[in-house]
Amino acid sequence: MTMIDTDISGVPARILQSPKHWRNAKHQSHWRTGDEEFDAAKFGMWLFLSTEVLLFAGIFCGYAIFRMLYPDAWANGSHYLDWRMGAANTAVLLFSSWTAANSVRLAQLDKQFWFKINLIITIICALLFVGIKFTFEYGVKLPVGKAPGTFFSYPYAHDVHEPLWWSLYYVGTGIHAFHVIVGAILFALVLWRAHRYQAYGPTQYTLVENSALYWHIVDLIWIFLFPLLYLIH
Amino acid sequence: MSTPDTHAGHHDEGSYLSGPPGTISRIWQWASTIDHKKIGVMYLFAVLFMFFLGGMSAMAVRYELLDPIRTQTTEFLNASGEIEIVTVTTGESLKELLGAMGIGDSLTGSQIYNRAFTLHGAIMVFMFIIPAIPAALGNFFLPIMLGAKDVAFPRLNLMSWYIYLFGCTFGVLSILLGGVDTGWTFYTPYSTTTDADHWRVVLMVMAAFILGFSSILTGLNFVVTVHKLRAPGMGWFDMPLMIWALYATSIIQVLATPVIGITLLLLVFERLFHIGIFDPSLGGDPVLYQHFFWFYSHPVVYVMILPGMGIISEILAVHSRKHIFGYRAIAFSSLGIAGVSFLVWGHHIFTAMGELAAILFSGLTFLVAIPTAIKMFNWIATLYKSSIVINTPMMYALMFLFTFSIGGLTGLPLATLATDLHLHDSYYVVAHFHYVMMGGTVIAFMGGVHHWWPKMFGKMYNEKAGMLGAAIVFVGFNLTFFTQFFLGTQGMPRRYANYVDEFQTLHVLSSIGAVLLLVGFLIHAAVFFFSLKWGEKAPANPWGGLTLEWECESPPIEHNFHKEPILKHGPYDFETVVPPHCDPKDYPLPENPGKH
Repeated sequence: MTMIDTDISGVPARILQSPKHWRNAKHQSHWRTGDEEFDAAKFGMWLFLSTEVLLFAGIFCGYAIFRMLYPDAWANGSHYLDWRMGAANTAVLLFSSWTAANSVRLAQLDKQFWFKINLIITIICALLFVGIKFTFEYGVKLPVGKAPGTFFSYPYAHDVHEPLWWSLYYVGTGIHAFHVIVGAILFALVLWRAHRYQAYGPTQYTLVENSALYWHIVDLIWIFLFPLLYLIH
Repeated sequence: MSTPDTHAGHHDEGSYLSGPPGTISRIWQWASTIDHKKIGVMYLFAVLFMFFLGGMSAMAVRYELLDPIRTQTTEFLNASGEIEIVTVTTGESLKELLGAMGIGDSLTGSQIYNRAFTLHGAIMVFMFIIPAIPAALGNFFLPIMLGAKDVAFPRLNLMSWYIYLFGCTFGVLSILLGGVDTGWTFYTPYSTTTDADHWRVVLMVMAAFILGFSSILTGLNFVVTVHKLRAPGMGWFDMPLMIWALYATSIIQVLATPVIGITLLLLVFERLFHIGIFDPSLGGDPVLYQHFFWFYSHPVVYVMILPGMGIISEILAVHSRKHIFGYRAIAFSSLGIAGVSFLVWGHHIFTAMGELAAILFSGLTFLVAIPTAIKMFNWIATLYKSSIVINTPMMYALMFLFTFSIGGLTGLPLATLATDLHLHDSYYVVAHFHYVMMGGTVIAFMGGVHHWWPKMFGKMYNEKAGMLGAAIVFVGFNLTFFTQFFLGTQGMPRRYANYVDEFQTLHVLSSIGAVLLLVGFLIHAAVFFFSLKWGEKAPANPWGGLTLEWECESPPIEHNFHKEPILKHGPYDFETVVPPHCDPKDYPLPENPGKH
């Protein structure tokens, strides 16, 4: 394990002596080294991400089948979505992926202040994404009847299968938004531990890295959802 | 992540079963444990309890089928010359039984029957057989057989145990509210429309959804453990075959379960919000549900059987004192089965797809027979010219070879399109999958529990009583399910409480077999109870096994090994290695050891 000499002046003794401070953290004793534990945690996270992909695969599969069956409903449905809102959210998520990656690097470099700043920006982006989604998309569409399944009551529908389009839209983006919220909670946990104990540093950043990995998959799924929902004709 | 030292105090060499004095602190010790052995034991008793619940609902099904439920309407002229219509329903055995207990009076006999077989299926599949071997025996033995102190993520392991409990709570709640009658497969549109004013179906579907997460986390934990925590000197091909089987199982759990997750979630949305994805009136497709469902639920039958095959590989080698025949072939066939398992789901819906798709799925389904047969022939070759010791685990292993062969071979007519048209949805299918699931997994599970019982609890069990129980289970099992092959080929459809009179003899025989099964399992329960209470202390290595679990004490100490084991010999080198802790004269070499 690499030993990194970093500036600890100005860090209160209360934090430096905490067993949760990154210098003091030990690996669980069923591992031979902390590096092995880190590798295993990352491997476990990748496996978990594969389950996330398969979870969304069900939605993408349903999307593909019904788009093939009812191309007109899909074209109309997509027409009702505001691509500017989707694009804004894409930009927000891509930017937050960058700050999430930054936060991993900054933890590795023990730049605690900028590490926390990047975490905060990531969390704000997550909230911004959910806010745009709920306020300018769900909040605008639901009152006019562009709702899923039997709740659909939009009077100017062109195609009888549009309720199904809205079902897939809400289920897909809804489950994705849930993942965004979970990601924000993860980063909030990292932020709190970083603030309280300086728990992450050059030798101890497993949760930061895994949260960032999770965040990237959430981002990646949106990268697929955005064109499939907003940009089709 | 900074973590407290989870295995502090290596100087503590007590058995993992020893704990602090006082009931409450002991309960807390177990409830908060991250020790894979304690979690495995808790799983073991939980799945045994679920096996009991599922078994009782099976007994209810067999009790109802002693007599057909039949409604007859007769018209006759009464004394005043008017036509009177009288409707008589006979054979509602369960309704009468429940009536005598004072419950269930608003339901007809057939409705009660439908609930009974649904509960049997749902409990046995989601709460018993999927977690039975991986979560109970796997949790206990996977790390020990690898020479590790614990699984890769001990706290995740505890979390998956609580998720399992949480899921079971949903299921039991649904049962207490009256149960569901959708069948364990929850096919739409019935499952989305039945009892529309009630939460029972949603609760049961949520139970399966939650249990899926428990399964994913266990599988993920095992995959990482196998990759990262093998003892020094243990390469991939030095692993016991049980580990290979659990590894293949875990891959399926990780990759297939998320799909049932989204499917059941969509089903819940469909039921609560009528989103229409599975509803034809909104353009949705109920058959899409079946594809999604079986995309998980077919691979998951290999989650059920693969670890059973792993157990059989262990038992056969240890109790016949011979190197397993074709180690790599058995290991790769486990992975082969896992791979093929993802490509065959369509054979559950032959009649709902095009001809070409059906032919493709039929062909792919036959592929499963190849790795399975490879295993079977290797096991038989292992037995050839070996020193077979007949005891309870070995009896179960030999029974497995017999019943699982029948289960496997009777699957071939079901994979054949022409014969499947005749046989599908009949008792033939019921008999086939019980020969695989019960004759395969449950028999292997029972063998495994006996094989490792002395290790888990440090007590021997009564061998003669165990063998008696095994023999009764064997007879009862074949009587219960072999008769159903005849019922099926003669046209008895599954899931019906009514049948024509010609079928009654076979149905009664089948029910007698079920009673025998119950007797056999009760004997086993008594054997386990007596063993825990009065059993003599087990030696470290009662069977002379060479895998690492036999090198630690019985029961193992809290950290499994006094010091990290270093692998010096293969798991099945019986011809060349005297088992540790054993008197060499107790374990004679086979007279004419075969090549390996």
